[in-house]
Amino acid sequence: MSEMKALRDAYGEGIAELGEEFDNLFVLDADLTKSTKTEVFKKKFPERFINCGIAEGNMMSVASGLATCGNIVFASTFAMFAAGRAYEQIRNSIAYPRTNVKIVATHAGLTVGEDGATHQCLEDMALMRAIPGMTVISPSDAVQTKAALRYACETEGPVYIRVGRLAVPVVHKEGYRFTPGSYVKIAEGNDMTILYTGPFYQTALDVKEIYEAKGISVKVLDVPSIKPMSEEAVKEAAKTGFIVTLEDHNTVGGFGSAVCETLASLPAEYPSPKVLRLGADDQFGTSGTPAEILKKYGLDAKSVAVRIAEAKYPEWKAEFENL
Amino acid sequence: MNNQEFAREMRKLILEGIYRAKSGHPGGSLSCTDILAVLFNEELKIDPKNPKMEDRDRFVLSKGHACPALYAALALKGFFSTDELKNLRKIDSILQGHPDMKHIPGVDMSTGSLGQGISTACGMAISAKRNGKEYRVYSVLGDGECQEGQVWEAMMFAAHYKLDNLCFFIDNNGLQIDGKITDVMSPLPFEEKLLAFGMHLIQIDGHDYGQIKAALAEAKTVKGKPTAILAKTVKGKGVSFMEDIASWHGAAPSEEQYNQAIGEVR
Repeated sequence: MSEMKALRDAYGEGIAELGEEFDNLFVLDADLTKSTKTEVFKKKFPERFINCGIAEGNMMSVASGLATCGNIVFASTFAMFAAGRAYEQIRNSIAYPRTNVKIVATHAGLTVGEDGATHQCLEDMALMRAIPGMTVISPSDAVQTKAALRYACETEGPVYIRVGRLAVPVVHKEGYRFTPGSYVKIAEGNDMTILYTGPFYQTALDVKEIYEAKGISVKVLDVPSIKPMSEEAVKEAAKTGFIVTLEDHNTVGGFGSAVCETLASLPAEYPSPKVLRLGADDQFGTSGTPAEILKKYGLDAKSVAVRIAEAKYPEWKAEFENL
Repeated sequence: MNNQEFAREMRKLILEGIYRAKSGHPGGSLSCTDILAVLFNEELKIDPKNPKMEDRDRFVLSKGHACPALYAALALKGFFSTDELKNLRKIDSILQGHPDMKHIPGVDMSTGSLGQGISTACGMAISAKRNGKEYRVYSVLGDGECQEGQVWEAMMFAAHYKLDNLCFFIDNNGLQIDGKITDVMSPLPFEEKLLAFGMHLIQIDGHDYGQIKAALAEAKTVKGKPTAILAKTVKGKGVSFMEDIASWHGAAPSEEQYNQAIGEVR
């Protein structure tokens, strides 16, 4: 079993490491330093940490002003209060003037768990993706999170990084570097492709195992680059003839939508397969443990296997329901 | 040019720009013209040959719709030609309907969405504090703009972090698009609110150059708190038929009105 680590812990560690390397790096938070893990940076570099209190709109605009003075500025809060509450400040104070602000939004998606619907942001990728010039990254493990932070530090302009609360397996190798439009091949396969973003590595592998027992070969690709979407990953997936997208986000406007947009724009020689978009199906979240919620929303491995069967292999649906 | 002459030239450019654009915001531009005239003509440490000078004073027009006044001041200072004002709000012009820092020399922040500019000014001010820089940060807000909750979030932040290098004006012309601020949604009383939020408060006539200069001088002596200058102004100041009339918030003059207005400000 691989080491387990929450992406927010990787953020806390990673940003404190980068603080040593970049002496113009500031971190802002909105009274959630213990949850977002920016407290690590705060302790190490108090002179470059600013707590903005529970006032996220002000925080985003302050971040932009700070960035115009030659600083790299990271602003953190829960995804709900970053992309949600402060959407317009991100759009007009940060993205339009294209200031050097990085938004690291933690506690994204259903896997927030017990806090329930008001704190489970299922729309942030859709909102951030629609802003011109915004780079949107959704890492899947601790290594990819740190790589995304490094990319954000080394690149001028606004970046949105979405990290979850859950501990997930550390999958990517040390030395991994994030580049826009990149993806990671997790497993080879020819009959269908699972494209996932965020905390679904193990789920995708479990689904692959279920299908391979039936002789169906499943390709699995890990896609952290939401905007720009990885065209290469979509091309590779298109060739397998059937695509499943997996995300901890509304199926409207998020990762699955971005995959479909890219697929629709591929050159004519590429096939146009069906896409099964799995995520929160245009509904709000709920309280429970992350595992219970994922099951309720049809996003655990068994439910995903059943939903794929419904779409493509109806003869196995009943069998998978009894797994 | 003295401040009065500078303001007069600003008013001409504001009226010409809005008249040619056939749209824009004359009322709120003319009410803050005298404040901007003193700031740009005398106060700000800025260099038109080096608009991005690292240690320059910063200026954020939080009431971004009054940008014809800002553009006029920048043009008169030599950041770009006064002829640019003829292209205000036109296609492919650098002079967008609201300030665009990416394309306009001398603009320190893109503004227009009310309430956000003062927060960005706080970011610039705290950067100076944390990085040991001496520059000061100035901002101008509208009185109607103070209905935005973010303005008060920004003040809480500025007081908490003791941003005594931040000085902002409230252009208190008493009117907003839909009418009197006291009829639409009263932000009054300003005095008690500003004091309660930890500001050093100075109250002036926003068209009196001497009072504007004295307030700016006083602000520089204040330690440990930001300065709010509550400036009583007249919307549409200098043009008789625009003065104190809410409908001139966002309307362009006809040719006849323009000719009369130019005659009055000359």
